[in-house]
Amino acid sequence: MARTLINLPRTARRGEVIEIRTLIQHVMETGYRPGADGVVVPRDIVTRFTCLYNNEEVFSAELAPAIAANPFLSFSVVAAESGILAFTWSGDNGFEQTETRSLTVT
Amino acid sequence: MSWPSSLRSGIERRALGAGLLAVALLRPARAERSGLHEAILAFTGGAEPAEGQVTLEIPPLVENGNTVPVTIAVESPMTEEAHVRRIALFNERNPQPNVVTARLGPRAGRARLATRMRLATSQRLVAVAEMSDGRFRSASADVIVTLAACVEG
Amino acid sequence: MRRLLLALLLAGVVAEARESGFVLMSPETQAMQRDDTANPGMLWVEEGRALWDSAGCAGCHGDVAGMRGVAARYPAFDAASGGPIDLAGRIAQCQEARQGRTPFPRESEEALALSALVGLQSRGMPVAPPEDPRLAPALARGDALYRQRRGQLDLSCAQCHDANAGRHLGSSPIPEAHPTGYPLYRLEWQGMGSLQRRLRNCMAGVRSEPYAYGAAEYIEIELFLMRRAAGMPLETPAVRP
Repeated sequence: MARTLINLPRTARRGEVIEIRTLIQHVMETGYRPGADGVVVPRDIVTRFTCLYNNEEVFSAELAPAIAANPFLSFSVVAAESGILAFTWSGDNGFEQTETRSLTVT
Repeated sequence: MSWPSSLRSGIERRALGAGLLAVALLRPARAERSGLHEAILAFTGGAEPAEGQVTLEIPPLVENGNTVPVTIAVESPMTEEAHVRRIALFNERNPQPNVVTARLGPRAGRARLATRMRLATSQRLVAVAEMSDGRFRSASADVIVTLAACVEG
Repeated sequence: MRRLLLALLLAGVVAEARESGFVLMSPETQAMQRDDTANPGMLWVEEGRALWDSAGCAGCHGDVAGMRGVAARYPAFDAASGGPIDLAGRIAQCQEARQGRTPFPRESEEALALSALVGLQSRGMPVAPPEDPRLAPALARGDALYRQRRGQLDLSCAQCHDANAGRHLGSSPIPEAHPTGYPLYRLEWQGMGSLQRRLRNCMAGVRSEPYAYGAAEYIEIELFLMRRAAGMPLETPAVRP
């Protein structure tokens, strides 16, 4: 399982815009790079990231090989109600990982 | 060997091989390549985005092209009536013109996206935002990538 | 006599203002290191936390917070080998001798993750190399290796990192070579690496044959560099271009 860093506040006021920062450990092999043997290393990247807030998609991103290794994404959401934020990274070679965080809205 | 270095020319590689000679890729900005423009038109469905309303933040001088922080922000109230639907970032001289395409809406609260990208060489970047009324707005930036003196491999 | 000269030399270095390579980085790269939610090196620290339990470190050492200050005291004298041992070597030795298992290989993600986790516990603390007279011969060898011209370019470490520190090599500023942030996340590597990997880079850069990972020479150079960096704050996991 890839390590992730997800940063968001545990609590927020209703209507507050909160910033979310995510990092995931991934090589993001471009598919353009020759290996030590001269043969091009096949592409292995995270192609898609989604953030669901109580099962509703609030942010998603399609990633290309131009995204740096260990992809970093920062975006924001409106703290609407208490619940669960689910972060999913998916990509080449069947890569898929979901992490969840709870948010309490006061 | 890093990804951008595999794209460097043989001459540059030999210069590197000759020791710790750093080669600064101080290339002047040129006319946008067609691949970039085509990718933008594919995103907009043929519409030419108008400059403005979008801020593209990237260091003008990059010390390592492997990991370059980039932030795109769009002026928008982010309400049901008026918000940003999508934000896309394109580059001119990487092997592919696309970098990231984000989908968002009023629940994002703020039309702002930050990530880190790879830059094979000095080039132009264009950020395009699709507004909820169907219009497209853009911003561009020219970036100079200097080559690290001590690359591996 | 030689030892006295070395002591005088080191005293001179310590008295001078020294600068971490951190100050030479762009504001963007500095920001990446400063903020734990943006520092990719923290991914390895997280991996290290998981390994601390799963690899059995916690069984003896308890909470990793108890390792505070440990990384600042390496390389240390190792009675088993009669010479200096670096932190990665100590972790491997612990796995092999006390746990009876095959240690994670040097420069493996697991080894880097554990070193990063232990290193983080000393972040902000001053580098405090042990004043152990048994380390003196290795320290002198490290000093000599640092000044030894090598490779087709016939350059020593000192020629760049002492004589020309702060100046530029092409577009890159030359740091003073204080290894205060290892293991660190290097943008060039797009990953985590040890001081030995960095030293290998430099050796290949001057077109000399690098020593194999774990070679005594690396640990002697590290011993010298850490003595030279005594008092400077540890930065693990640092970020460098």
